Amino acid sequence: MLTYLSNPQRFMAFSAWAAPLFFAAAVIALGVGLPWSLVFSPADYQQGETVRIMYVHVPAAWWSMGVFAFMAAASFVGLVWRHALADVAARAAAPIGATLAGLCLITGSLWGAPTWGTWWEWDGRMTSMLVLFVTYLGYIALWSAIEDEEKAARLAAILCLVGAINLPIVHFSVEWWSTLHQPASIVRSGGSAIHPSMLGPLLTMAAGYLFLFGALVMMNMRAAIFRRRVESARARGGEA
Amino acid sequence: MSAFVATFKRDVALMWTGGGALAPVGYFLGATMLVPLAMGPDRALLEAAGPPLVWIAAALAVLATLERLFQADLEDGSLEQMLLSPAPLEMLVLAKGLAMWCVVGLPIALAGAPAAIALQAPIELVPAIVLSLALGMAAFIGVGLVGAALTAGVKRGGVLIALIVLPFFAPPIIFGSAVAVGDAVAAALSILAGCALGATALGPIAAAGALRLQAE
Amino acid sequence: MSGSGPFQDKPSLRVESLTLKRGERILVRDLSFVAAPGAFVEVRGGNGAGKTTLLRALAGFLKPSAGRIVFDGAEEPSLTMHYVGHLNALKGGASVRAHLRYWAGLFGVAERDDEALSRLSLAAQADLPARVLSQGQARRLALSRLVIAKRPVWLLDEPAAALDAQGRAVLAALIEAHRADGGVVVAAVHEALGPAPSQTLTVGV
Repeated sequence: MLTYLSNPQRFMAFSAWAAPLFFAAAVIALGVGLPWSLVFSPADYQQGETVRIMYVHVPAAWWSMGVFAFMAAASFVGLVWRHALADVAARAAAPIGATLAGLCLITGSLWGAPTWGTWWEWDGRMTSMLVLFVTYLGYIALWSAIEDEEKAARLAAILCLVGAINLPIVHFSVEWWSTLHQPASIVRSGGSAIHPSMLGPLLTMAAGYLFLFGALVMMNMRAAIFRRRVESARARGGEA
Repeated sequence: MSAFVATFKRDVALMWTGGGALAPVGYFLGATMLVPLAMGPDRALLEAAGPPLVWIAAALAVLATLERLFQADLEDGSLEQMLLSPAPLEMLVLAKGLAMWCVVGLPIALAGAPAAIALQAPIELVPAIVLSLALGMAAFIGVGLVGAALTAGVKRGGVLIALIVLPFFAPPIIFGSAVAVGDAVAAALSILAGCALGATALGPIAAAGALRLQAE
Repeated sequence: MSGSGPFQDKPSLRVESLTLKRGERILVRDLSFVAAPGAFVEVRGGNGAGKTTLLRALAGFLKPSAGRIVFDGAEEPSLTMHYVGHLNALKGGASVRAHLRYWAGLFGVAERDDEALSRLSLAAQADLPARVLSQGQARRLALSRLVIAKRPVWLLDEPAAALDAQGRAVLAALIEAHRADGGVVVAAVHEALGPAPSQTLTVGV
């Protein structure tokens, strides 16, 4: 499947119908998931209605990490096999991942206000997410600072891979740090002990995010490929 | 004289004569000076929160020195000559990092003693703080090599380097400030040593990969 | 050293249907040539025609889009060549002698700074920092790498740039001696360097 799509022509043909399909699937999943999670799902016995933020927050957290893993895999392929399409994919995914991480931070802050009584708590998971967000920003900034696109792709790929090594270390460090500073005084519901009635809407939302990511990343990649074609056509035209 | 030693000696000499050795230490002490100005001179407050802030000052001082580390070599053609050496580029990058640790990292670690005392760190903790800074500087420089190599071709890339490198500074800062407040000192020091070792091993590999691309 | 010169392995440079691109632009298309021991290959072409790109590809800094570059009788190409590009690779704060010693270390050879200083007539400047050298002196210092480490293939990009008549004579003597030793010289030039080339390549047409 992936080797089949590594050819840009075939990717363009595939994504021409796959991107709208993913988009439609995202509309359906989010169309079901949003009302289900925000209106029809049960309120939490401790947190009441505010628990509904979780349905936006948790999938954003999952996929902001998932998108980085996707970028790391694409960067590896781009670096080792010099696949131009993999470079394009990594670049196309970055702003989406950054948006998801930002969404996770904002909803986390909104959720924290009623539950913890503060707009920002240096809780371990939120701190790791903040580091992930800054990593995304650095990746995007490096891409846009280097003019030669081929060089930018490879340098950004190196950054993405060392970032992928760093993030688990950050996660471990922050866990260590938060137990040192606030020994288990804050317990957040959700996580492992999730009620089955919440699982349905949560997974539907997560699927919606995934389809939306798929659609957006393919659209971004198509735009990048089209732009490159136009530029090279103009460059050739200009020389002749 | 091996290529590693030649590179190390040359970088130490260039940083030393260029006044590059004094400026980062001065910057470090200056940034430390700003802490009580911002927090107020209340000794109890400083005792509780002051000492870990040497790590912010140390991180800033390292960031400020990274920009020209490889950019100069790229711009004047030295990088091309490094590629024609029998020594692998990774070793030459390691030599440059080691030179930077000797000229920038070690002086800052030593200056960490007066800085920590001024920020009301308990005197018996000062040796551990100096040791932790020496290890933390190795970790900072190891990842700093990567940031400097990735941005070597970017004009005025200082802010970009900082943005790229800061997420990598998080673990050393966490364990370093644990030492500074006297929490789990032995454990934190050994993890810091691990950070330093990991960054020293992996940093030159990633940086050399980036520099080969920069030379194209 | 025997009469056949120091390069016992008789290195030669073979380029087979080389194509080089810069972005979307093709600078060198399907270029083939062989430089046997003692060859002096002159590369000509207008500004931006691809002379520098060709030399950088021969040096291994750039990956060719197509074709091959082969150094016969060399295990590791990067160790058989010198590259003197537009940039002199000098550090303003380091002295002339410090450069020579550093390069000896970098290339893993014994120091021979006095020989290099006299052959490039830089003896009077030996202890001066590179930042005070004239452009011609700086160029001669860059060319001194050719003397410090004996390497069979020389890739020279506009080596005579900024050199005065005396400097050009020094360069011509270096090239002649190197060819007599069985070395290969590939030089991108604007005007003839002095020694008669064994072949001339023109790029960018």
